[in-house]
Amino acid sequence: MQQRTLASLLTGLSMALGVALMILVIVIHDVTVDQLDTDAQGYHLIVGGKGGELQLVMSTVFHLGRPLMPIPYSYYKKFVDGPFAQYVEAAIPYCLGDSYQAAGQQFRVIGTTPGLFTKIAYGSRADGTPKHYTFQAGRNFQTDHFFEAVLGAVAARKTGLKVGDTFRPTHGISGRGDRHDQFTVVGILDPTGTANDRALFINIEGFYLLAGHALSAAPAAAQAPSTEGGPPAAATILAPTSRAAVRKTPLDAVSQALQHHPVPEEQREVTSILVLCKDAFGPMVLDQKINKGSDRIAQAIAPAAVVTRLKETIVGPVRMVLLILTVLIVIVAGLSILVSIYNSMSERSHDIAVMRALGASRTAVMSIILVESILLALLGGVTGVLLGHTILALAAPSIESHAGITLHFWQFSWQEVLLIPGLMAFAALVGFLPALTAYRTDVARSLGK
Amino acid sequence: MLLLENVRKSYREPSGARLPILDIEHFALSPGEQVVLCGSSGGGKTTLLNCLAGLTTVDDGRILIGGHDITAMAEVARDRYRARSIGYVFQTFNLLPAFTALENVLLGMTFTGQKADPRRAAQWLENLGLGARLQHKPEALSVGEQQRVSVARALVNRPLLLLADEPTANVDTGHQQQIIDLLREACQHENIAMLLVTHSPEVASQFERVEQLEQVNRIKKCLSGK
Ligand SMILES: Nc1ncnc2c1ncn2[C@@H]1O[C@H](COP(=O)(O)OP(=O)(O)OP(=O)(O)O)[C@@H](O)[C@H]1O
Ligand SMILES: [Mg+2]
Repeated sequence: MQQRTLASLLTGLSMALGVALMILVIVIHDVTVDQLDTDAQGYHLIVGGKGGELQLVMSTVFHLGRPLMPIPYSYYKKFVDGPFAQYVEAAIPYCLGDSYQAAGQQFRVIGTTPGLFTKIAYGSRADGTPKHYTFQAGRNFQTDHFFEAVLGAVAARKTGLKVGDTFRPTHGISGRGDRHDQFTVVGILDPTGTANDRALFINIEGFYLLAGHALSAAPAAAQAPSTEGGPPAAATILAPTSRAAVRKTPLDAVSQALQHHPVPEEQREVTSILVLCKDAFGPMVLDQKINKGSDRIAQAIAPAAVVTRLKETIVGPVRMVLLILTVLIVIVAGLSILVSIYNSMSERSHDIAVMRALGASRTAVMSIILVESILLALLGGVTGVLLGHTILALAAPSIESHAGITLHFWQFSWQEVLLIPGLMAFAALVGFLPALTAYRTDVARSLGK
Repeated sequence: MLLLENVRKSYREPSGARLPILDIEHFALSPGEQVVLCGSSGGGKTTLLNCLAGLTTVDDGRILIGGHDITAMAEVARDRYRARSIGYVFQTFNLLPAFTALENVLLGMTFTGQKADPRRAAQWLENLGLGARLQHKPEALSVGEQQRVSVARALVNRPLLLLADEPTANVDTGHQQQIIDLLREACQHENIAMLLVTHSPEVASQFERVEQLEQVNRIKKCLSGK
């Protein structure tokens, strides 16, 4: 009897593990897709250096991986007052490459303009109205206050930085670079549910003034004309920085940092540009002009398309494979329920015969077995759901810091609602064979035993 | 109350041939009557009780209990009828080991279609001197106590007919008399007819009516004939 309880518990446990794995796959996939869908909203195009479009989206939208090669500031100016300006509602420059380390986690520091929070929405509601950035504390930074910063909600919470606090970004995204000048936090954003929650935004003017971020005057000037003609010469991995670090005249940087004069435009570069077009044709025209035009400095991509392709080619198939695996695990667990109950049928036939002798009908003893199978699966299923979510909750911090996806314990997926009834139906199916044995029990013979 | 007419029962041998066990032209019990059934081992006494309980189907003939022909009933109806109208006490008690004494008695009430009444179940156990043993599992009870639990389970529904298949075969002679007295008293009190199978002449001698199966059964067979 006790042995049977133990066997049942083990069977339930294997079911629980299978279900927990299934939950993990389902929820992580859903959250990932959700994040992918919500993050790349509010603008039409991302313009950045030549390279993999996935890398451009990852570094610009999700703050993951390394940024592409920078493009000259003059290229950005085309969107502001140059040939592209007529199609453009807003163009927001991004300078990537710095980070800030706190509480054992690393946060990306992004040099940008205040327009990011005023001219661009971070998403749209169900009714189509745009969701604009709002501040839970402080205000937006100002263009002429070079060393001001605004923090995303999660970044502020995790770093503990408040309005009025100062911090020094670290050069490079590996977190081992030199420390920069101080920035003052002037505002903290409300949570947006996007990757930007985990970023620190600093004034792009201050970014250029940081050691190693501006090109030195002479080579930059010399390079400026050539940028129109061909791609930038040096193949650097890091933002405007590593290349500049070699060429920069130390004296220049020191004086700039001290006097806080804006860095001349020919000494500037940007990593990427978020472009919000005036109308639906803007993206098409710009796509033509940038990607198929004569100057092959930059690429323009529609993040939504890249995200869709990412979902279709990688996320979807991986999920499918994982789901098939977990379904197999659950099936194996179900079969072990079958084996466990079936094995106990011979010792149970006596009890069943006694119940029949007391007036239980065939269907009654049959349903007792079915109910046991279903209860076992239900127990395993519910334990599995709890287990899965507990694992999610435990793994959430490391997932958040590595993949930038925020998970919660009660992160439910609608598919889980189907899981339990599905499991019960499966258990009924599995329990049917032993239940049939119960149905067919020869009462007179089993009683004699 | 109980009436058998031309009841025939045979088992199918593994070879496929029919092995006749029972062929009873007429056998009857009046309400509240207490009868002992004797007979040689393998003669078909247990088979007869199983037929009366509707646990085994007969090949032919009618079995009327309280005016209802159980051979004509659908199986579900026969199950229900068994739950309500027949109490069965076995040689090996057949208590469910996972349940307490009280739960075992309640199990006897579960399939009658009426609500199980824990107070009545407890009352029966108390009447049989098991008032302090309600929550004990069978393994914690003595053999005599176990048999009393099974008696309580058989009688708790106030059946028309109590079938007892060698209820004292596993008990020592002291307890044997106790259980027989118990059964007779309870059946008399509730006006329950009783058909008791026993091999013990001492037990048989206490009853007014003693039937030899060989006398009722037209198939004469003994162990050696097999
Ligand atoms: N399910 C069955 N299939 C085939 N033969 C059976 C079956 N049950 C009983 N028998 C045979 O029927 C005969 C009568 O058996 P039964 O158990 O009714 O005898 P009995 O009179 O109760 O004997 P005992 O006094 O030993 O309990 C025996 O020969 C037995 O082998
Ligand atoms: Mg017998």
